[in-house]
Amino acid sequence: MNFMASTQPENRLLGPQSDSQRTLYPYVTGTSVVALKYKDGILMAADMGGSYGSTLRYKSVERMKPIGKHSLLGASGEISDFQEILRYLDELILYDNMWDDGNSLGPKEVHNYLTRVMYNRRNKFNPLWNSLVLGGVKNGQKYLGMVNMIGVNFEDNHVATGFGNHLARPILRQEWHENLSFEDGVRLLEKCMRVLLYRDRSAVNKLQIAKITEEGVTISQPYSLKTYWEFSAFKNPTQGAVGSW
Amino acid sequence: MSKSLIEMPPKGGFSFDLCKRNEMLAKQGVNPPSFRKTGTTIVGLIFQDGVILGADTRATEGPIVCDKNCEKIHYMAPNIYCCGAGTAADTEAVTDMVSSQLQLHRYHTGRESRVVTALTLLKRHLFNYQGYVSAALVLGGVDVTGPHLHTIYPHGSTDTLPFATMGSGSLAAMAVFESKYREGLARDEGIELVTEAICSGIFNDLGSGSNVDICVITKGGKEYLRNHLQPNPRTYTSSKGYSFPKKTEVLLTKITPLKEKVEIIEGGDAMEE
Repeated sequence: MNFMASTQPENRLLGPQSDSQRTLYPYVTGTSVVALKYKDGILMAADMGGSYGSTLRYKSVERMKPIGKHSLLGASGEISDFQEILRYLDELILYDNMWDDGNSLGPKEVHNYLTRVMYNRRNKFNPLWNSLVLGGVKNGQKYLGMVNMIGVNFEDNHVATGFGNHLARPILRQEWHENLSFEDGVRLLEKCMRVLLYRDRSAVNKLQIAKITEEGVTISQPYSLKTYWEFSAFKNPTQGAVGSW
Repeated sequence: MSKSLIEMPPKGGFSFDLCKRNEMLAKQGVNPPSFRKTGTTIVGLIFQDGVILGADTRATEGPIVCDKNCEKIHYMAPNIYCCGAGTAADTEAVTDMVSSQLQLHRYHTGRESRVVTALTLLKRHLFNYQGYVSAALVLGGVDVTGPHLHTIYPHGSTDTLPFATMGSGSLAAMAVFESKYREGLARDEGIELVTEAICSGIFNDLGSGSNVDICVITKGGKEYLRNHLQPNPRTYTSSKGYSFPKKTEVLLTKITPLKEKVEIIEGGDAMEE
């Protein structure tokens, strides 16, 4: 009698055929997004780089998009998954508009929807490989939240994804305060983005800053930050210490 | 009867004979004891007159804080100090060893130690052990050639920098430095910037905590400010104070000063520079 061992593994999810259907690793990735609440709404900054592994492949990727009337979504991580999320949200907003009831989805609702989507995908072992930042203003209420690929979500006065967690968060924790003006907010964001530019290898010096207020969303034109390299120790590091490097 | 094996000369360095056994044991659930690390924030910066080194004071053993107020700024020479991150035993041992070597060298040459000497001794030792001596150091000092600041990585590579951070809290501290450092800082501004960077590590990194230690080295001398800032005081202290039972009673005290056996003659020929 020949008992053939089952070629189909019990757990379909982890079988060889379904492997090609699941996200195992990201390919084209965006780096950090930093956002904070200010007096009139939310300010968000992200650079425009899309890295393919260790190559900086795409330098004009818009990683922040407006969602509906009241929200702004910034994403880091796999770019194709971000585009998929935009399609989901497009459908969501479309259905919301079709009700035509004068009501529209606010940032809190969109954040909740995204959390459910991300967590459900994670439970199926097929995550959308992103860390998302969702900010918006509705009826005078400012909202800023974050969801990541395993479904961890929270709401805070300032958020950052990726490397921004380690480099930008300490600066924001120290220097953020309630009722920042627009200029101060931009200055603070630029400070964070500059440190990220210096110390994150996948950062590019081409960034956009987006602002969302009760009036609506404005995403700035891409621009670059000024960097400083004129330290005398950089010019002549081994001065007086001949033999070291 | 033949001892066919050729007599091999004794090998130096580490012996990896037990690695396979350890791996097998780990698979069966017997894990090796965790060692004491100084999951740390250490920083250094060059200011107008010299170097300022800073460090936090938390030593961790896995998830536990085993020493709330340890000293991470180690003495190398009267004009050179070294902050250490990584395995506490490794940083202590390596800085102690190089410190003694520097002292012997000072007796030999009759001159003040130079920072590059300490740097070379440390990096040669660490490279020799191919990264297994887990010591990441920030070395700073002022010698005849001026102020110097170096970082040394466990594998033996070094950098010469105007400002440097190492340890698990290095990113938090570097964020502060990158946004606020400028050249030609005054002493107080420098101390404030270093304190801010260490505090950033203390509050934003779980491996760093407790107090801030500072060491200011200038041409004139050094100033070791132990616990310069204590931003984490004990929240609730007993108002009654702490009383301990009486210890051994002292019955008699007699002090005999030691007489010098050797006469020290000051002067003699001055050493040539």
